[in-house]
Amino acid sequence: MSARRRAAIVGVAESEVGKTPHLTVLSQQAIASRAALAEAGLDRDDVDALFVAGGWSWAPALALAEYLGLRPRYLDGTNIGGSSFEAHLGHAAAAIEAGRIDVALIAYGSTQRSDRTRNAPRPATLGEQFERPYGLPLPVGAYALAANRYLHQYGVTSEQLAEVAVNTREWARLNPNAYHRDPLTVDDVLASPMICEPLHKLDCCLVTDGGGAVVVAASDRWADVATRPVVVLGHGESTTHHTIANMPDLTVTGAARSGPAALGMAGVTHDDIDVLEIYDSFTITVLLTLESLGFCKPGEAGELVGGGRTAPGGALPMNTNGGGLSYTHPGMYGIFLLIEAARQLRGDYAATDPRRQVPGAELALVHGTGGVLSSTSTVVLGRG
Amino acid sequence: MVVPDAETKPFWDGIATGELRIQRCPACEKAVFYPRAVCPHCFDGEPIWIRAAGTGTVYSYTVAHRAFGEFAAQAPFTVALVDLDEGVRMMTRIVDARPGEVRIGARVRLEMTTLTPDGPQLPCFRLVEQA
Repeated sequence: MSARRRAAIVGVAESEVGKTPHLTVLSQQAIASRAALAEAGLDRDDVDALFVAGGWSWAPALALAEYLGLRPRYLDGTNIGGSSFEAHLGHAAAAIEAGRIDVALIAYGSTQRSDRTRNAPRPATLGEQFERPYGLPLPVGAYALAANRYLHQYGVTSEQLAEVAVNTREWARLNPNAYHRDPLTVDDVLASPMICEPLHKLDCCLVTDGGGAVVVAASDRWADVATRPVVVLGHGESTTHHTIANMPDLTVTGAARSGPAALGMAGVTHDDIDVLEIYDSFTITVLLTLESLGFCKPGEAGELVGGGRTAPGGALPMNTNGGGLSYTHPGMYGIFLLIEAARQLRGDYAATDPRRQVPGAELALVHGTGGVLSSTSTVVLGRG
Repeated sequence: MVVPDAETKPFWDGIATGELRIQRCPACEKAVFYPRAVCPHCFDGEPIWIRAAGTGTVYSYTVAHRAFGEFAAQAPFTVALVDLDEGVRMMTRIVDARPGEVRIGARVRLEMTTLTPDGPQLPCFRLVEQA
C-alpha cells in the first residue's frame, strides 16, 4: 500500500479587487482561475473538479465550467455564504484522499459594488417572511443583535470591538491592494456613523468587487507543481441556523464545532497555530469566532486582541492581508482567507515585504463564517 | 413584501384578526416558531396551531440608523429578538420606544400595527411599563 493521498493548495490568485465595472462575475473568476493555475504550473485541462459558490446563476458551477471551457467530472456547488470556500477545500481534500479527483479548482467572483445590488429589496418568502417585514438591514442588523447581546452578557465595550478594526488596518497598510490604507484609531471607528447599534460603519466590512481562485492538488501531483504545497491538515464545518432569530445562542457560533473538528483532524492545538485568518465581516464576528474556536474563554476575546496583539509584530498575527474590514470584501470573502494563508505559509512576503511576513509561519488556522453567523467552516493548513 | 405560503397562511390570517399564532408539538409539547410540518425539536410530532399570549422578554435588540427601501425614512428604529413566554424567539419591531429605553431583559407585550403604508399588519411589541 502506498501512503495515504493528501491534498494541498498549490496555486492561489486574486483577480482585480476594489471597483471593477469593466469586469463581470464570470470574467472575475476566469482571470483569477487562470492566474492560480499558472502559479501552480498546471494547465486548465489538469482540472478535474470544480467548486463554485454564489447566487449569481441558478447553477453557478455549470455557468463557470462552460465559460472556462472546463469539463470537470466532479462538481460541488456548496453555497453556505462566505464560508463556502473553506467548505470547498475540505470537500476537495476528502475527494482527493478518497482517490476520486486529482486537481480541484475553487473559484469566486463578484461585481456587487459596481452592480449596486446589495441592498435591493426582494420578496420575503419561507423563513424570511418572519424577519424582512421589520426593516432590519441585513446582514449588518443581525450581527448588531449578536453584538448587543455579547456586550450585555460580558461587559465587553465598543472600544474593544474597534480594536479589531484598528489591528486589521495595520495589516492593510502593508498590502498595496488594500482598499483602505490610511492609519486608523479606535476613536476613528467610534466616530464613524452608527449603522446598527452598537456597530459603526468602521465595524463593518467593505463592499467591493473582486474574485479569487485556489487550486488544490493530490500529493502524487506535488512533484509537478511550481509552488511549495500548502497541505490541508484538518477541516470541519457547521451550521447553527439560517435566520438570526433561530441562532441558539447569539454569543456562540458554529466555530465551537467546526474548530475542534479541524484542529482534532490535524492533530494540533491552539498554541501550535502561527497565523490566523478569521472571517471579519464585522468586528463582532472576529471576537465571537475567537471565543467559539477556543482561543480564549467566553467574554475574553477583547483582551485577546487588545494592545495590538493581532496587529503586525503582535503575538497572535491575524488577518494579515487587511481583512474584509480594510482589504476587500466582495460579498463572500472566504476565498481570500485561503489565498492569504497559503502565501503566509509559503513565505511569499519574505522577499516582497518582510514586515508583512509572519516569521516562521508553519501552521495556519483559516475560519470562514457565512450568512448571519449561520455557517462556519474551519481548515488547518500546514507548510508542505 | 411578505409572501405567505400554504404553511404560513394560518399565521398571517391570525395576524389580520389580531391573534398571534404559534405552534405546539403534540408529541414533545414544545412550542414551535416559525410554522413547520414536522417538529424541529423531537422530529416526531406534527405541530398544531395555538394562540400566543403576546407577552415576552427582549433577548437582544438593535437600533437601526440606516435602512433601505420603504424603511429608509423610518430610521432610527428598534428591532428586537423577543422570547415569547411560550418558549420561542421571534424578530419584531419595538414601537414607540424612546432612544436608549429598550434594554435586554425588558418585558414587552404584543401590539399589532403596520410599518409601511401598504404593508401587512405585523406582530410588533411595546415596552411594558414597570411599576
